[in-house]
Amino acid sequence: MKRRSRSLLTALVTLGAVALTACSGGASDTVGSDAVGADGSAGTINLFAYAVPKPGYDKLMPAFNATEEGKNVAFQPSYGASGDQSRKVKDGAEADFVNFSVEPDVTRLVDAGLVDKTWNQDAYNGIPFGSVVTIVVREGNPKNIRDWDDLLRPDVEVVTPNPFSSGSAKWNLLAPYAAKSNGGQDPNAGLAYITSLVNDHVRIQPKSGREASEAFLQGTGDVLLSYENEALFMESNGDPVEHVTPPTTFKIENPVAVLSNSKHLDKANAFKDFLYTPEGQKLWAEAGFRPVDPAVATEFADKFPQPAKLWTIADLGGWSKVDPELFAKDTGSIAVIYDNATR
Amino acid sequence: MSDAPTTTAVGTGTTVPSPPDRRTRKKLVQVTGAVGPLGIGVATLWLSIIVVLPLAALTVASFGDGIGGFVDAVTSPVALASLRVTIMVSVVVAVINVVMGTLIAWVLVRDEFPGKRIVNALIDLPFALPTIVASIVLLALYGPESPIHIYLNATQPGLIVALAFVTLPFVVRSVQPVLIEVDREVEEAAASLGADNVTIFRRVVLPTLMPAIISGAGLAFARAIGEYGSVVLIGGNIPRETQMASQYIQQQIEIDRPAAAAAVSVALLAIAFVTLFVLRLLASRGQRREEQAE
Repeated sequence: MKRRSRSLLTALVTLGAVALTACSGGASDTVGSDAVGADGSAGTINLFAYAVPKPGYDKLMPAFNATEEGKNVAFQPSYGASGDQSRKVKDGAEADFVNFSVEPDVTRLVDAGLVDKTWNQDAYNGIPFGSVVTIVVREGNPKNIRDWDDLLRPDVEVVTPNPFSSGSAKWNLLAPYAAKSNGGQDPNAGLAYITSLVNDHVRIQPKSGREASEAFLQGTGDVLLSYENEALFMESNGDPVEHVTPPTTFKIENPVAVLSNSKHLDKANAFKDFLYTPEGQKLWAEAGFRPVDPAVATEFADKFPQPAKLWTIADLGGWSKVDPELFAKDTGSIAVIYDNATR
Repeated sequence: MSDAPTTTAVGTGTTVPSPPDRRTRKKLVQVTGAVGPLGIGVATLWLSIIVVLPLAALTVASFGDGIGGFVDAVTSPVALASLRVTIMVSVVVAVINVVMGTLIAWVLVRDEFPGKRIVNALIDLPFALPTIVASIVLLALYGPESPIHIYLNATQPGLIVALAFVTLPFVVRSVQPVLIEVDREVEEAAASLGADNVTIFRRVVLPTLMPAIISGAGLAFARAIGEYGSVVLIGGNIPRETQMASQYIQQQIEIDRPAAAAAVSVALLAIAFVTLFVLRLLASRGQRREEQAE
């Protein structure tokens, strides 16, 4: 009798342990690493993306499964800080399809021989969707934030992620930089603004755009710099925030690429092409991302108002110029400002 | 494991033990409980593979940017601040554990109350839970949506609560067995000689418990300075305020500075090791004094 109850207890404990480990999911630094979509009989696409487009992929993956091409294709998505994710893939994480926040994170894989040099030579330069940099404030905008200058008021604390791990952070800093330096004409004016912002108004260093949003929603700071799509996502979730798009801001362009050593090259390419179809573009727009297809863009024009002036990375000379000048570790001017403020 | 020759007296019919037999018996008498060179070898090998080698690799990695890089990484203001916050909070947690842990052990050993066995089992729960679960629980309770209107997230008290939660068992579990073994007669003798309860506790019980309390506190402190999961959500990770060294290390890895991460890790390990070593010395000295007193 005693013996039986003991074995029963053991069984229960084992069951509990198994249940606990099953619940614990994947690695602690990635969200949702369980396979989704179909049964995978047509192959599995390992998708490595930055943290923020998850709501978009949650719509696009099942839609792709509903097409002829995407029947029975399973997905293994992994979301995290853009730079972090890119380094993981470079260091050997098995990926078929990548979507990063900024082009240099793809360039890193091109340099490592994992992505074809011609990845961005298509109609849309490898960018299926984008957004603009926006200012997220508490509901009712209690501090009356309207434009970039308002962030430098002494009573304002700004939340923005760490540019060394997050792509979102680079966009967030480029927006006021471009606005203040008149598209890079007067870099010192731009850097002066960034210095003041980073030294006196940025207190925490979240690693990704999504983590920055979480910290903001938990009550840290007065202002969150973010993608417009992230702002729309929070608002649609009913969080007590609203967003103010300043008159002069920056166009965000988020690249996708397929790895040349992918085991499911044709499926990964089919999925990439699907993102550009009118159907795919509509889904991106519904998820809060600005579509690149002109016809779809016109359809959603009132959801995505045009700012008075929208600088682009091309205006500043492209990523190949901007990244080493501003963000290269130890030498880029914004990197140095960040280092001095956070070391 | 004995390699003594087994001899059997064959066919003689006598019960006189043969000389080898006597030798065997002698050997058996000489058993000391030591496992010999093989045991020492296995233990050393295991410790090397599990502890020493990884630590050596970490130390090598920490000098990836040269000695100057190591010093820079460890002495950068934010790194120093994170070490300072970590040690300060961990000391507070260790002190809380000394007081509360001893009290809980006392109650569990000396008092009878319904549900005692359940409480006893509850003590170990913080060991069994993934620490991130502790963080989620505490965030739900003390976070921005606190149902009891106590807001501790992104504050140092929040860190202390989280660390006190995960280090709860150490002092309790190290004091409990000692308290069970304590000879009650000494206390009774002291009482009959007119000592009041406070004096008995201070002069009779506490000296006996001290080594156990110190070693438990040391373990709690060492665990607290290395803790990551339990503070990751409630701590806020604010540099210079609530950023623990483990979070600083994680951040250095995220921003692609592995050598700096390793350097701060080595500093943290050195602190933990020195703490444990000093406490060992204190505890063994206390033990010796105890034995001399007897």
